[in-house]
Amino acid sequence: MKSPEFSSGIKIAMDSKIKDKNLVKPQDFLFGETEEDALPLDCGRKLRSVNIRYETYGKLDSDGSNAILILHALSGNAHVTGYYSDDDRKPGWWHEMVGPGRPIDTDKYFVVCSNVIGGCSGSTGPRSLNMETGKLYNMDFPVITIADMVRAQFHLMRHLKIEKWLSIVGGSMGGMQALEWATAYPDHVHSVIAIATTARLSPQGIAFDWVGREAIMTDTNWQNGEYYEKAPENGLATARMLAHITYLSDESMSRKFGRGLQETDEYSFDFTRNFAVESYLQYQGARFVERFDANSYLYITRAMDYFDISERAGGNLSAAFAEVKSSFLVVSFSSDWLFPSAQSREIVRALVNNNIEVSFCEIESSYGHDAFLLEIDTLGKMLSDFLRNRHQEWKHGRET
Amino acid sequence: MVEKLKQELAKRPDLLAIYKIIPHDAKVLDLGCGDGIFLRLLKQEKNAKCLGLELDQESIIECIDNGVPVIHSDLNEGLKFVNNNSFDFVVLSETLQAVHRPDLLINEMLRVGKQGLISFINFGYLPSRIQLLLSGTMPETKTLPNPWYNTPNIHLATIIDFRNLCHMLGVKIVQEIPLGRGDHSFAKAMPNLFASCCVFVIAKR
Repeated sequence: MKSPEFSSGIKIAMDSKIKDKNLVKPQDFLFGETEEDALPLDCGRKLRSVNIRYETYGKLDSDGSNAILILHALSGNAHVTGYYSDDDRKPGWWHEMVGPGRPIDTDKYFVVCSNVIGGCSGSTGPRSLNMETGKLYNMDFPVITIADMVRAQFHLMRHLKIEKWLSIVGGSMGGMQALEWATAYPDHVHSVIAIATTARLSPQGIAFDWVGREAIMTDTNWQNGEYYEKAPENGLATARMLAHITYLSDESMSRKFGRGLQETDEYSFDFTRNFAVESYLQYQGARFVERFDANSYLYITRAMDYFDISERAGGNLSAAFAEVKSSFLVVSFSSDWLFPSAQSREIVRALVNNNIEVSFCEIESSYGHDAFLLEIDTLGKMLSDFLRNRHQEWKHGRET
Repeated sequence: MVEKLKQELAKRPDLLAIYKIIPHDAKVLDLGCGDGIFLRLLKQEKNAKCLGLELDQESIIECIDNGVPVIHSDLNEGLKFVNNNSFDFVVLSETLQAVHRPDLLINEMLRVGKQGLISFINFGYLPSRIQLLLSGTMPETKTLPNPWYNTPNIHLATIIDFRNLCHMLGVKIVQEIPLGRGDHSFAKAMPNLFASCCVFVIAKR
């Protein structure tokens, strides 16, 4: 940095403000304009004119050794950290974990996060325009898979001129994508951090997804996905409330709400909201419909249902990891009953059987599945140490 | 860095003895690996391919800091996730006395590894015997500081006890390294009386 001159005091003040706020601008990458460049999908169809909304933070080193891809969960987006403007009050979804001086340090690493295809936060999804028909895709959008999402991200990697990721980091559905990356593109992934995830969605997970989709599809406003003025907000809010329960734990709900009443001092003897936990869920549902699309919810949950990384090896998880070259950090949380520790241990066992370097920790936490967004101190230290060691290893070989 | 690690190690003569046994490029599994310093030294100095198992969350965090792969696991549940014969050495240092079933763990060690390197505190050590003899109470020593009712060390044994167990399990004792005061000469002469700690190298028959 050049030495500041007296007259540029104001500019420096502004720069530091921008740095404080970590302003970031979302970007778009369009591919698949031609038949050959179109994205082949697991369902057999091809997706044309695919847009990937993404954000980047930090700078790519000249040797390309510091690129980290962060993968978001079901309701996430490309906006992992920072703010869009000075007045922006809400930072990205993993702001405490990612940024300058934070565990995934954007002063050291070049961090990329993109919205999944099928999503509704900028990347091509069911509410995008189908160039062939001139109408929104809606239910014409092909059913996509986790592998399809990753295949699209691979195009983005090429576009960003990254040869190999130092690490691919994801929680929940992001963890599924991380596992997919390591198996589908072993030469392009130095390490993987898979948090609160699974190698195959459990029947319990599939069951919750089914009920969530039923809530949407039985909402009369859904109209087979062809909704315009009135979105199926009740259905989507119900789906969200149901899902939200699965992200918490009995203990965290007891702690947060107890049997406390809200809005009334005593039972109202009708079916309006009485309990604090009811108000909370209703609030979560209402906020969700403001930022998420019902059709996207159908497509993304379906992608999770279909995820079983062992499928390519006839159900044998160890065999599925046979080509993997990355080292792993696998993390689960003791109170997570949606993606319980046993499912992480299953991943670890399969990796150990393949002589793949892996670390695993079940973090003691009462937050349930949501812990991956909340246990910043413990998880953050693990992530930053793991990344530091992987980065040193890459730059200096094993002798560090 | 390496010197500092070695200094750390000097406080644990049993680990130093184990360190000397392990050749370059070996595959090593350390059961109850603590903060991972020992494996880090093996990795850096002997290019060992390491894996640690540890139950304590804080220790796991330190292992990750030390760049040593570690898996959160409870030794009392066996080593189910490790394949047969997948390690050259399986290390169990001063941990045997704390597991629920030492006999089952020894079998597991020799299932997954070619050799087991086990160190434990010898309860037949003279000062322990004198404490028990004179005071009539369970000994509390520097290495076994906890009172009998509140100790992780639930399976204390003497060197003779351990030899007997190996015999019973059909396990071959490849080497015994008794460790005592000074140059270990007393410990070598009469291990069960003068060795405060002993390293056993064991293998399948």
